Amino acid sequence: MSLASAIRTRDLNELPSRRDEDWRWSDLKAVIRVMPDPSPAAYTAAANPALDGIDAARILYINGRLVDGGRIAIPATGKGAFVRRFVSATAETAHHVDAPVEVGAGGRLLLIDSFEGQAAGYLASTTGAIRLDEGAVVERIVLIDEPEDAVSVARFEVQLSEGASFSQTVLATGAKRQRFETHVAHPGGASVRLDGAYLLGGARHSDQTTVLNHEGLAGLSSQLVKGVVADRARAVFQGKIIVAKGADGTDARMGSHAILLSDRAEVDAKPELEIYADDVQCAHGNTVGALDDAALFYARSRGIPELQAKAMLTAAFVGEVVVRIGDDAAREMARAWVEVKLAGLV
Amino acid sequence: MLSIQNLHVSVGGKSILKGLSLDLPQGEVHAIMGPNGAGKSTLSYTLAGRAGYEVTEGSATLDGQDLLSLSPDERAAKGVFLSFQYPLEIPGVPALTFIRTALNAKRKAKGRDEIAAPEFLKLARAAATGLKMDFEMLRRGLNVGFSGGEKKRMEILQAVMLSPSLLILDETDSGLDIDALRIVSEGVNNLRSPDRSMLVITHYQRLLDHIKPDKVHVLAAGRIVASGGPELALELEREGYDKYGVKEAA
Repeated sequence: MSLASAIRTRDLNELPSRRDEDWRWSDLKAVIRVMPDPSPAAYTAAANPALDGIDAARILYINGRLVDGGRIAIPATGKGAFVRRFVSATAETAHHVDAPVEVGAGGRLLLIDSFEGQAAGYLASTTGAIRLDEGAVVERIVLIDEPEDAVSVARFEVQLSEGASFSQTVLATGAKRQRFETHVAHPGGASVRLDGAYLLGGARHSDQTTVLNHEGLAGLSSQLVKGVVADRARAVFQGKIIVAKGADGTDARMGSHAILLSDRAEVDAKPELEIYADDVQCAHGNTVGALDDAALFYARSRGIPELQAKAMLTAAFVGEVVVRIGDDAAREMARAWVEVKLAGLV
Repeated sequence: MLSIQNLHVSVGGKSILKGLSLDLPQGEVHAIMGPNGAGKSTLSYTLAGRAGYEVTEGSATLDGQDLLSLSPDERAAKGVFLSFQYPLEIPGVPALTFIRTALNAKRKAKGRDEIAAPEFLKLARAAATGLKMDFEMLRRGLNVGFSGGEKKRMEILQAVMLSPSLLILDETDSGLDIDALRIVSEGVNNLRSPDRSMLVITHYQRLLDHIKPDKVHVLAAGRIVASGGPELALELEREGYDKYGVKEAA
């Protein structure tokens, strides 16, 4: 059951619905009544200036087909930087693509994955395995920028080896239904950062779901997901951390924090810790609230007009996710992206 | 000149200020002293325009212009500055960014261009030096992790940068040790000027050893019940607020 299999078989019964516990807040069956035609081949996509500041090789997928560049495979001790664009370019059609990544032992990768909707009402499914061999280091920034009538699901499976480091920041503005899943197999002795931010307005929906499996000794993980939800938009965060029997010395931290800018905005957050080992440190915190009135008054009392003060405070709130990005150029790109998206919400 | 006439203010339906009148001429420093619950913070928040402070009667004008109908940021643009008793922490907004945003908003309200970055940094450095603050602190999130004394210095630093015509100091001495009190008071004294008025709101006399007021007013049960020279503060220190019908908890 997945959007990928529904697209492949053209069978609506393959769609996950609210009857599936993991999909209760992101029902696909309710919003997909007819399976659209497969997306046609397309070879041109509008430029995305948000990515201009990144000095990296380009890979382009359009409508689920690789049209420029190749698969990412960094050899042992190699180094690479890629901007990978997944463009949906044809309205009312459906497509699926699998886009794997391999990084050899000691290799380093900066990966910007940009999901871009350049047409209305499409269904897009993306999957990929991301394999990090011993000591590999990956920093991944995901930008998801889609129209409000699109449906998209992405699911990535991250497999780490000993001594590897995987850091991810997912920035999303939602769609009719938009889900980004990250599953991490953590062998211990490695480190993982799984961050995210969502900036939602209108009737948009965004779901960030993560499953982090600590399977070995002394694994580190840290997760910070923050978001701003306006109008009637709805954010979903499901973060599951599993610490297997024997995975002692695990240190896992998760924080999920949201600001609601309207009475009709909604956040559904489900942090889950399943701990089967004895000697572990796990912490999670979850908050949902309005913008702090006292801070807003403080800023206004210094002469900063209300809208500007709100924009400043929300940008600072989400900024705590952005500042955790290690690569300078990627961080600056993310900061600018968030600023533009927030300007439309506050 | 700040002129407050017969001000009545309710908070959450409860009447706090009950006919407060006060004139603060330009260039003067007036202290308002009063026991806990007299309405000191209500007065400062009302003048700054905080939501929830409902004016049911009376007026407050600055240089003849009505303050009470203005938003907090419009009041700031007219020259009002409240130094908070409990300054807020704003994670993710460096103090320098916050102050530059405020300064530029004020300049914009006056039809002036934004301040150039080098000029701004020069002013900020000078202000920090004057208050014996490490300039690097200004690059951190505003007030985040600051001690009580550092927060109060940051308030005065903002006042220096924003150069208000009416400076309201709400319990600026609370939480300060002797050294911090001296530094903050020096900062305030350096702000004294013929075109700036100050309202020093305090429970204790000790702040007034450092910041000498032109006049002292006693606020009790929502009204000014006595006014006099600096000697009134000493008398209050000696005799307490008993004679104004107030019993203070020890």
